[in-house]
Amino acid sequence: MGLFKDSNLVTDPLTDTNPVTIQVLGICSALAITAELEASIVMAIAVLFVLGAGNVVISLMRNIIPSKIRIIVQLIVVAALVIIVDLVLKAFAYQLSKTLSVFVGLIITNCIIMGRFEAFALANKPWRSFLDGIGNALGYGVILVIVGFFRELLGSGTLLGFKVLGDPIEKTGAYAYGYENNGFMLLAPMALITLGIIIWVQRSKNEALIEEN
Amino acid sequence: MEHIELLFKSIFIDNMVFATFLGMCSYLAVSKKVSTAVGLGAAVIFVLAITVPLNWVLDQYLLQPGALSWLGEEYADYDLSFLSFIMFIATIATMVQLVEIIVEKFSPSLYNSLGIFLPLIAVNCAILGGSLFMQSREIQSLGLAVTYGVGSGIGWFLAILAIAAIREKIRYSNVPPALRGLGITFIITGLMAIGFMSFGGMLTGGAGNDKGDTIPQVAIEKIKAEVEAIKDNSKNE
Repeated sequence: MGLFKDSNLVTDPLTDTNPVTIQVLGICSALAITAELEASIVMAIAVLFVLGAGNVVISLMRNIIPSKIRIIVQLIVVAALVIIVDLVLKAFAYQLSKTLSVFVGLIITNCIIMGRFEAFALANKPWRSFLDGIGNALGYGVILVIVGFFRELLGSGTLLGFKVLGDPIEKTGAYAYGYENNGFMLLAPMALITLGIIIWVQRSKNEALIEEN
Repeated sequence: MEHIELLFKSIFIDNMVFATFLGMCSYLAVSKKVSTAVGLGAAVIFVLAITVPLNWVLDQYLLQPGALSWLGEEYADYDLSFLSFIMFIATIATMVQLVEIIVEKFSPSLYNSLGIFLPLIAVNCAILGGSLFMQSREIQSLGLAVTYGVGSGIGWFLAILAIAAIREKIRYSNVPPALRGLGITFIITGLMAIGFMSFGGMLTGGAGNDKGDTIPQVAIEKIKAEVEAIKDNSKNE
């Protein structure tokens, strides 16, 4: 059972200590690239890789990093991992890397990553840090996918590019009954409001999370 | 004129917070009181105004494809742009550290108001985002890079100042319990972003004309190329 005794490190960040809705980390990218579901999923995978690998690297080096320059060391580790992600994306999914544009680079300053390095990897063994990284990246990914799902579905009537609600031009599927796409969902402000509603739903279900006004 | 246009554009139309969501983490975390929000906002303007031009120079003379040609002919086709993330973040981290030391030495009063925010800034995505957008939007000159840095900083400053003021007021309002704190802040920011979208039309007088010109221009080029191709074909026959 030794392998599973730390499983709460993976499951907690999915709900009660979710990095986006509870710890308020990594908001920038959670909002900017969620107009399409595909981009959200790719971003979630990229963060999963960077955070999982980064946590292990930092954890292995935790005893030799001088605490005064640890921020710079952490930044360099993340930057190196992000360059790998960026080059892989450019090689295998060029169109997608254009869509994500600078937000791949901004994984470097994604606060989830620095936050987990500071709070967890610097004080824990590699395997536990790895689980913590995976858990937090998954918690981040879940929110990204939920926001991406609703924005793409309501905004352009597609999911991963498939026209699930029918064709808006030929008036098939839902469009035959007068349904219209809400183009506003694709614009920046609706990402914020969607996330606000997710937080609302989550906190209504779990009253322990409610903040002071 | 170019400078004024870029300044206006980076403050209002491409506002860091409302249009590109950069620096959201510290925007949400440090906006509970106006006085701290002002401190952080000022520090962001300051650091952006230094790092954007610095990274512009690095990009222009080190990183871009062909940027190393000043070293000699044999370096002309080097392309180091894959290193830009690591270069930019290293520049930002060291500059922030340097600025902190210098400010502490020469202006203790400024250090007292800015100092605690400076380390926070190294990992603020608005700073790295400023440099990365500067690179991807291909800012033309060093002067424009300064303008862009200052403008983006002012935009961010305005955003955090506004939300801090609203949050101070909203403390006395009856918000639904589950929305208190983070939830309502998101929704207010969304509404503010809708408001800022109205600035989008202000410069389209020029931009709209540009678009109108470029699309037919492309079409004309295409037609010309086709005509050339047909001519070549007929010559060959």
